[in-house]
Amino acid sequence: MTSTEPTTAEAVVFWVCAILSVTGGIGLILSRRAVHSALWVALTMISLAVLYIANAAPFLGMVQIIVYTGAVMMLFLFVLMVVGVDSSDSLVETLRGQRVAGILLAVGFGLLLAIGLGSALSGVPVVGLDGANGQYGGNVEGLARLLFSEYILAFEIVAGLLIVAALGALVLAHRERWQPRRTQREISQERTRTGVHPVPLPPPGVYARHNAVDTPALLPDGSVAEISVPGPLRARGDLRPVDTAAVAETAALASGEASYGPSKRPVADDPGTSPGEPS
Amino acid sequence: MSEYTFNDPWWLILLKVLAIFVGLVLMTLFTIWWERRVVSRMQNRIGPNRVGPFGLLQSLMDGFKLGLKEEIIPKTAHLAVYWIAPVISATMAFLAFAVIPFGPMVSIFGVETPLQLTDFPVSVLYVLAIASIGIYGIVLAGWSSGSTYPLLGGLRSSAQMISYELAMSMSFVAVFLYAGTMSTSGIVAAQEPIWYAVILLPSFLIYVTAMVGETNRAPFDLPEAEGELVGGFHTEYSSLKFALFFLAEYINMVTVSALATTLFLGGWIAPWPLSLWDGANVGWWPLLWWFIKVQLFIFVFIWLRATLPRLRYDQFMRFGWKILIPASLVWIVVVATARVVRNEFSVTTQELLLVGGGLLIIIVVGSWVLQVRTERKEKALIEAAQQEIDKPFDPYAGGYPVPPLPGQEFTFTSRRARAASSTTVEGTATRTAVMPGGSAEPPVSGSTAPEEDTHG
Repeated sequence: MTSTEPTTAEAVVFWVCAILSVTGGIGLILSRRAVHSALWVALTMISLAVLYIANAAPFLGMVQIIVYTGAVMMLFLFVLMVVGVDSSDSLVETLRGQRVAGILLAVGFGLLLAIGLGSALSGVPVVGLDGANGQYGGNVEGLARLLFSEYILAFEIVAGLLIVAALGALVLAHRERWQPRRTQREISQERTRTGVHPVPLPPPGVYARHNAVDTPALLPDGSVAEISVPGPLRARGDLRPVDTAAVAETAALASGEASYGPSKRPVADDPGTSPGEPS
Repeated sequence: MSEYTFNDPWWLILLKVLAIFVGLVLMTLFTIWWERRVVSRMQNRIGPNRVGPFGLLQSLMDGFKLGLKEEIIPKTAHLAVYWIAPVISATMAFLAFAVIPFGPMVSIFGVETPLQLTDFPVSVLYVLAIASIGIYGIVLAGWSSGSTYPLLGGLRSSAQMISYELAMSMSFVAVFLYAGTMSTSGIVAAQEPIWYAVILLPSFLIYVTAMVGETNRAPFDLPEAEGELVGGFHTEYSSLKFALFFLAEYINMVTVSALATTLFLGGWIAPWPLSLWDGANVGWWPLLWWFIKVQLFIFVFIWLRATLPRLRYDQFMRFGWKILIPASLVWIVVVATARVVRNEFSVTTQELLLVGGGLLIIIVVGSWVLQVRTERKEKALIEAAQQEIDKPFDPYAGGYPVPPLPGQEFTFTSRRARAASSTTVEGTATRTAVMPGGSAEPPVSGSTAPEEDTHG
């Protein structure tokens, strides 16, 4: 790849990735949902990474995916998911002159980019990728050599900055603990010793006619287990009344006085027996 | 870019791609059968033994059944993302295998080529990159289902995979330092005399732990903890889309096992008693050694699943961040120091080990003494705080209105009562006010209040 003309494969890769990355950029701006925007950015990042790899900078491409797509964007997604699925962003602009400032900044950035690229492309001798990478025996080795010799100061400053940021996050998230933290052992001991129900409570609806949260479970002997209904419902008095007939039937079945089977069951339209009475 | 593909002709590249694809699908079917059989044996059962010889075709039939099932899509799902999530998951699972070396140079239809699809100077990083894109599948599945349990599962898995990917990549660093390269074939070649699992044992152990966390397998299968989250991120998926997640999970298992084999168990290189035979490392035999090593890891996965209960989520995160990551950092420092000392000064391994052991003893004893001292200090602090709490709450301590300390009961004194108490001594009237978090009534021992915690 010493010639400056791109091969067919390179041209194909370039056009596919270029279109994808620009689509991602446009999609970012046009998406209504924050998660969709995040996905478009991820697409742009991955397309750029493929371009880096195609341009003989595999390390940069991989790090781009691992750091930006895998960690930074994932963190964004994480926050968006914590915020909630259906929360939409408010589109009311609160900053005065936001648009003008944004346009000015964009134009300035474009100028900076154009001037930087122009000066980089005009006055610098082109050695080709193999020449640049081959100087130290490869792309990774070349990058390492530059990072740890010429740019060591910048590298260390960035490292220091990141550590300060991490410490800052720790300090912000730190909570002063007034009492020693209770361990799982202590919590379980306390629960056992205070004599409250030590194991998971019976779920509502078990053995009952309805399988709903407000239907108290019936214990195997037919008695009503009110603790099976969640506390808030109990406090509001929102318990569904228990079908006493079913309870009696269950009790009869449990004690062996009645047995299963169609012949033993009461006939519904029989006036002599009330429905639900064990026969 | 022909340097990435060993100058293979196009039909050979296509053949290798096809072989990897078919091989991985077959491997998945085999692994499901293998897992069910092994778990059955460990639980005194027999397991699937009806379909095909030894029940080998059971997972194939299950796959057909899964594909033919009705697909149910929740009304609240975000369709585009809901569709693409399993595709991302499965695609990335297949992609990661492109850089795994299966064997040495062989001749395929007259062309000499290594048993590896592609290799570049940073192929191990490529596996990490692909894995990090694969997480998107799970996270997006959780988000787009429009349901609570999948969302929680997706959240958990993103936190889990980010944390364990850190420990995982740090365990690679020692291997890179020793091999001097990040290409998979280079790392395999560098393990010719001795496996890195032996000389870099801590890295190996950290990797094996992290790989279980990375693949969401028991005891780290919190994103799909069925007792808490129904099915986690794939609760709302059915039919073929669910099958894709299933496929991705099993391929990921094979991928991390293959990576462990490559980085720590010498890849396709024959182990010791076999390596005495001259023909062990040429031709197609190494494919068999590779397969056996990968199956060993998969057996460990199954064994863990049959043995260990699931960790609690906070314990799991604490283990990742407070044990695995610091341990790998310390180990990297040790390895790097040893490498520099070996390269810069002329010391023997024995001297290095002696000095290192001495340093280790000093550090261990020093940290123990330090810990005892800090614990004593903390205990004193806690006791002082407890004394502060045990004092009756004074809402106007120091002349200003102050909130109660944690653990202190807030007592509300009305102004009128205070005014009255300043004139007459008997008129003091305090009443407890209802505070969020504190009950107004005196707590009834063993009442219904603590039971709420045990619900469900």
